[in-house]
Amino acid sequence: MAYEKPVPAIDPDSAPYWEGAKDGKLMIQRCKKTGQAFLYSRQLVPGVDDSQVEWIEASGKGEVYSFTVARRPAGAAFQGDCPYVVASVTLDEGARIISNIVTDDVAAVKIGMRVETIFDAVSDDLTIPKFRPA
Amino acid sequence: MSRQPVIVGVADAPTENRGRALPGTHVLNMQRHCANEALAEAGLAMTDVDGLAVAGMWGTPGPGAMQPNLLAEYLGIRMPKYLDGTNVGGSAFVLHAGHAYEMIKSGVCDTVLILYGSMQKSQSGRSLGGRPALFSNQFDMVAGLPAPAGSYAMAAQRHFHDYGSSKETLAEIAVSTRAWAGLNPAAAFQDPLSIDEVMAAAPIVDPLGRLDCCLVTDGGGAVVMTTEERARDLKTKPVYMLGHGESASHTNINYMPDMSRLEIAERSSEAAYAMAGRKAADMNMAMIYDSFTITVLLTLEALGLCKRGEGKEFVKGQRTAPGGEFPLNTNGGGLSYCHPGMYGIFLLIEATRQLRGGLGARQAPDVKTAVCHGTGGVLSSGATVVLSSEMN
Repeated sequence: MAYEKPVPAIDPDSAPYWEGAKDGKLMIQRCKKTGQAFLYSRQLVPGVDDSQVEWIEASGKGEVYSFTVARRPAGAAFQGDCPYVVASVTLDEGARIISNIVTDDVAAVKIGMRVETIFDAVSDDLTIPKFRPA
Repeated sequence: MSRQPVIVGVADAPTENRGRALPGTHVLNMQRHCANEALAEAGLAMTDVDGLAVAGMWGTPGPGAMQPNLLAEYLGIRMPKYLDGTNVGGSAFVLHAGHAYEMIKSGVCDTVLILYGSMQKSQSGRSLGGRPALFSNQFDMVAGLPAPAGSYAMAAQRHFHDYGSSKETLAEIAVSTRAWAGLNPAAAFQDPLSIDEVMAAAPIVDPLGRLDCCLVTDGGGAVVMTTEERARDLKTKPVYMLGHGESASHTNINYMPDMSRLEIAERSSEAAYAMAGRKAADMNMAMIYDSFTITVLLTLEALGLCKRGEGKEFVKGQRTAPGGEFPLNTNGGGLSYCHPGMYGIFLLIEATRQLRGGLGARQAPDVKTAVCHGTGGVLSSGATVVLSSEMN
């Protein structure tokens, strides 16, 4: 069955993130000058002058910074998933990432909960990094 | 001779049936109606207007990408000296008022018309999905974050965690706002609410339920600003703009540095208070953008009306309801009066009416100075203005 949820408009800045996901790697950026890791990927480090950017593979581990349980879907394609969790996760490297926490027990999701990355290959062209309780 | 900028005219578009535009209305003639009403109450004409500020979500792709041009053409405003199409979400009109202040004060132009119109309810244009997964939205749209409610829900969750606020805190805001709406015949929803009803309302995005979310209505408005000197010959009691400030931090909620602290509003209000020569404690009332109940809680703290984390005490026991200690969102807000998508202009309209006085049952007592704060996007942009019935 065709994948009917929104797909990212992959651009030159984000392509390494999505390509990495297809290979089972969570790729994030880091500032060569300060060591600060960040998302979303781009060609400068926000707030750092003379920044130089490098790509690194993240550990995929982190903790929930905040989250919501969607009781109503973001459009019809998500209807069957309700209730589902969307969370901001602070990776151990320091970057914050937004994605789903895949769990059958949405009531157990809490701020500060440890999570780890899983890779959801939703189509031949798209693998989405998501999280599960660690 | 005083070029002190003042508001001399305001108007909002009439609606019926819980926020639906009247038959025969479209997004341009709605704004024409508001412009003429606001100018007429001051005793001004369209030919007096030499500055135009407008933002909206209509007409795109197409002529809506250049709304100031189109409205200048439609309204017959010849050769305006100041044009503003800044669109940073629903806060835009509060930014426009700040920009207009500078343009008027410095003599670039004399009379500015700020305009807004929306037919979103009639055109059923709103859902929780459907935003393009472009740029920094690639990641949250793919994850199905309901837009914009899910972003505000994440901020609420974090505020609960950091400061011990709760669904009951948010319900206090929904209930007091509805009580003010009950005194506003133009409000879409006027029946009283209880804390229990708000907390038991259908969940949308935890921890926000249906009654934590703003309405979806049509609507429009106009604000006319000019100089204090010009206002001496006009029909309305001028409302003085004493200070303004604006800022922005992110487009996507994931990149808001601290989700339980609205730093944008801290920065913009500090600038506005400093320019006005006033402190937060000098504010007699507040008009705060209430896209969601959490928006109000975060903004109260950021404007310095209470300390960070103490918003829950500030709103407890209906302190902000009619008859309470601090009048807040006295038109019934985006939660109960109207929310056509970009609500910020109604903050200016209501604060102006309160500062003029004579609103009957809805009149907040003894208000001389009001703070208005608009929020746009998902806590993404903000602007503050300080208005007063008295000149500095």
